[in-house]
Amino acid sequence: MSARIFGSAIRRREDPRLLTGTGTFTDDISLPGMVYAAMLRSPHAHARITRIDTTRAKSAPGVVAVFTGADTAGVLKPLPCAWLIPNSNLKVAEYPVIARDVVRYVGDVVAVVVAQSAYQAYDALEYIDVVYAPLAAVVNPQKAAAAGAPQVHDSAPGNQAFHWTVSGGDVDAAFKSAEVVVKDRIVQQRLIPTAMEPRAAVAQWTAATGELTLWNTTQNPHIVRFIGSIVTGVPEDQLRVIAPEVGGGFGSKIAQYPGEFIAVFAAMKLNRPVKWTETRSENFIATTHGRDHVQEVEMAGTRDGRITGVRAQVWAGMGAYLSAAAPGIPTILHGLMLCGPYQIPAVHEDVYGMYTNTTPVEAYRGAGRPEATYLLERLIDRFAHAIGKDPVEVRRANLIPPFTSGHTVATGLSYDSGNYAGALDKALAQVGYSALRQEQAALRKQGRYMGIGVSTYVEICGLGPSQVAGAVGFQGGLWESAIVRFHPSGKVNVFIGTKPHGQGEETTFAQIVASELGVDVNDVKVIHGDTDKTPMGWGTYGSRTTAVGGAALAMAVRKIKDKATALAAHLLEASVEDMDYADGKFFVKGAPAKVKTIQDIALMANVAWNMPAGMEAGLEASSFYDPPNFVYPFGAHVAVVEVEPSTGQIQLKRYVAVDDCGPQINPMIVEGQVHGGVVQGIGQALWEEAVYDDSGQLLTGSLMDYAIPRADVLPDIEVLSTVTPSPHHPLGVKGIGEAGTIASTCTVYNAVIDALRPLGVDALPMPMKPENVWHAVQAARKGA
Amino acid sequence: MTVSVSVTVNGQRYQDEIEPRLLLVHYLRDRLGLTGTKIACDTSQCGSCTVLVDGVAAKSCTCLAVQADGTSVTTIEGLAAPGTLHPIQEAFWDKHGLQCGFCTPGMVFATHELLRQNPNPSPEDIRHGLEGNLCRCTGYQNIVRAVQTAAAAMGGR
Repeated sequence: MSARIFGSAIRRREDPRLLTGTGTFTDDISLPGMVYAAMLRSPHAHARITRIDTTRAKSAPGVVAVFTGADTAGVLKPLPCAWLIPNSNLKVAEYPVIARDVVRYVGDVVAVVVAQSAYQAYDALEYIDVVYAPLAAVVNPQKAAAAGAPQVHDSAPGNQAFHWTVSGGDVDAAFKSAEVVVKDRIVQQRLIPTAMEPRAAVAQWTAATGELTLWNTTQNPHIVRFIGSIVTGVPEDQLRVIAPEVGGGFGSKIAQYPGEFIAVFAAMKLNRPVKWTETRSENFIATTHGRDHVQEVEMAGTRDGRITGVRAQVWAGMGAYLSAAAPGIPTILHGLMLCGPYQIPAVHEDVYGMYTNTTPVEAYRGAGRPEATYLLERLIDRFAHAIGKDPVEVRRANLIPPFTSGHTVATGLSYDSGNYAGALDKALAQVGYSALRQEQAALRKQGRYMGIGVSTYVEICGLGPSQVAGAVGFQGGLWESAIVRFHPSGKVNVFIGTKPHGQGEETTFAQIVASELGVDVNDVKVIHGDTDKTPMGWGTYGSRTTAVGGAALAMAVRKIKDKATALAAHLLEASVEDMDYADGKFFVKGAPAKVKTIQDIALMANVAWNMPAGMEAGLEASSFYDPPNFVYPFGAHVAVVEVEPSTGQIQLKRYVAVDDCGPQINPMIVEGQVHGGVVQGIGQALWEEAVYDDSGQLLTGSLMDYAIPRADVLPDIEVLSTVTPSPHHPLGVKGIGEAGTIASTCTVYNAVIDALRPLGVDALPMPMKPENVWHAVQAARKGA
Repeated sequence: MTVSVSVTVNGQRYQDEIEPRLLLVHYLRDRLGLTGTKIACDTSQCGSCTVLVDGVAAKSCTCLAVQADGTSVTTIEGLAAPGTLHPIQEAFWDKHGLQCGFCTPGMVFATHELLRQNPNPSPEDIRHGLEGNLCRCTGYQNIVRAVQTAAAAMGGR
């Protein structure tokens, strides 16, 4: 039974505590003597601070302390950028925890109040007098590059944070000799991740020992410890970071922010526990955003449908400061994916990372890969239309043929395994593609505008080999570790370095152990999120927890199995070579009646009464797994929409997702990841948009104005899969966390354009809200 | 200035002196330590703080604690006896209706209200009934399944 637990849709063990309100999130923590911090944030996108007067605030009821940048300067180091892309003329502008002389975005921290209650802290913010001298602001990344644009940092002339290029093949020759060239200008609008749990921190300082405990909403507690020790000066061994229940992240809980380190500073200064929890309004202005590209793109090809080259210029908004991983997103995670799943012989992209007077941009679900997929899929539909071919036919003609152990593309990446046409075939069969095209033709005759959008994608996941991380400037490793510990009773504790925050690895990782060792899945407890208890890990992002952490776990379990085999051989008076194993039982080959169970072995190893000579007591193993390559999940998605041109309303009628993440540990959880991912991508296509006015005010600063998908505007997603194992992963698994988001935005976009082409609409701004659709239809009618 | 309130929460009667401006959600979380009720926005949009007030779902961030004076409030901690699950909770577990779990307590009470008003909702009814509660993880699909399962388990009660 347990061997088949791998692949079973068992219920999640995380759920009972979350369903009963007994899981502990950071804001649920209360400590004796705890006080509350609230941040005063800049209302200006760009201004000089001419005066701060905190006198009145300091005497407000309940106020314990008020701090400004003058207090923290020299104590808290600036927040470091942790992805220093080489050969890009990178200019890392100083990112102070509290702004001192100049504020650079609406949301920059200017002062902090600590009070007996959160209400009192927020009250006292009103009593801080700050005089600002406003400066001109710039919010659009392409405009930031223009001559005469307001300068965000003196240290980054022309607002350029970096200029990175990727090239493969002879792209100039490809365009010179092209039979067809299609061009587009794409605005990847800025998005706000909007994890349901706002960010929070609780800091507790023990002056007598020098120990500091920081509870923090993070996807990567070990990185918080590492960076936190640099910023706060608390030595890494004395800094304990606990990420308790974390309510979603989607990339916004990767970076380190002022809030947690201000809590640490205040706790040390006041010698009292300090809690800081952002409001949703703060989350919108001061927790990182995603995307924000302006792209000028073109594709070269032949009249019979072969893509011969892709060329792009990208202005990627970085916001006012470089968030921890930000420079790697439009470059390594975007530019290197410019071939997608296609045989494109020549590519070239220039990426300009631009400082703007906006909230810093970071990873947001998919991080770079949705932008690459969208660029390609939008161009391919345009190309197909230009040569009068069905977009599916063009995709099929250019897909990399199935491969099982490596395929190198023009950007230099070596994909691990893929069967892209297989996924496409399955998606088309599910949706009934040819029948839909007939239905579309019939509906058009009735004046109804149905559209079918198709996309095929591949993503780079399972970040990644540490050697590659170092070569591309990532300021850390990207391996993972796991410890597996058998107790005398045969129960198991697993300690992992990654940090699940909704993805269910307490369940799936127990399934890995159970299937490898034959123990009951309920006998395995997975522990994560506490740097004092768990081994080092680099965090949960980039669909890497199962792809890298799961591999570390599998390797640790296999070490246990080797030791258990040797111990069983000793107890059965046989040689190791003669041993066999099945379903948690060790026995001599050909003599399955006499067995030692894994529980027998665990007991003996722990009491150690009868061990082979030289074998250590205990049944415990750890593993550090550094993957030899990335993993490359892929798939094909199809959307069917109907658009009402007179109102601009889009009805999403069907959505089919075929994703291949290799063997699935728990298909129920995989399906849930696809649902959520697809819906976030649909959100970008149809509703979500962070809007700044020209002065840098965020106009979509609450859930009233920033429209994340609601239950009543979505169809059921039809989720299917194919299974192509990764050749280098011990379990063959890839990753599924981001797939849906990577594929769905362009799929829905292509469907809407497909619907509106007869009306002469061949491009729309995202999100494709009714107003935008209506205007495009009107413009096309006038133009016709 | 403080005022006196008397509220029964999860069957336990509480008498407290509170600031008139104190929100019910803060009273529950900070004063009574019932942190299962979550706060995910400040504009009454997300529904994470939904509880039952006299059996009817209410967003506790949009309600002053003094308005709950004399009422009986049920939070997620009190929906089922310790160690047991209400059929709605059980259905969310069965159908993978939660991922990070932060919106879940509110979603469970929104479901409770939906089923109170319409014991046998269609998928469309469910999607409309839950549009006041935001979830960023699930795409809602498994939540719809969970509500259908709960409705069946509760047999139209």
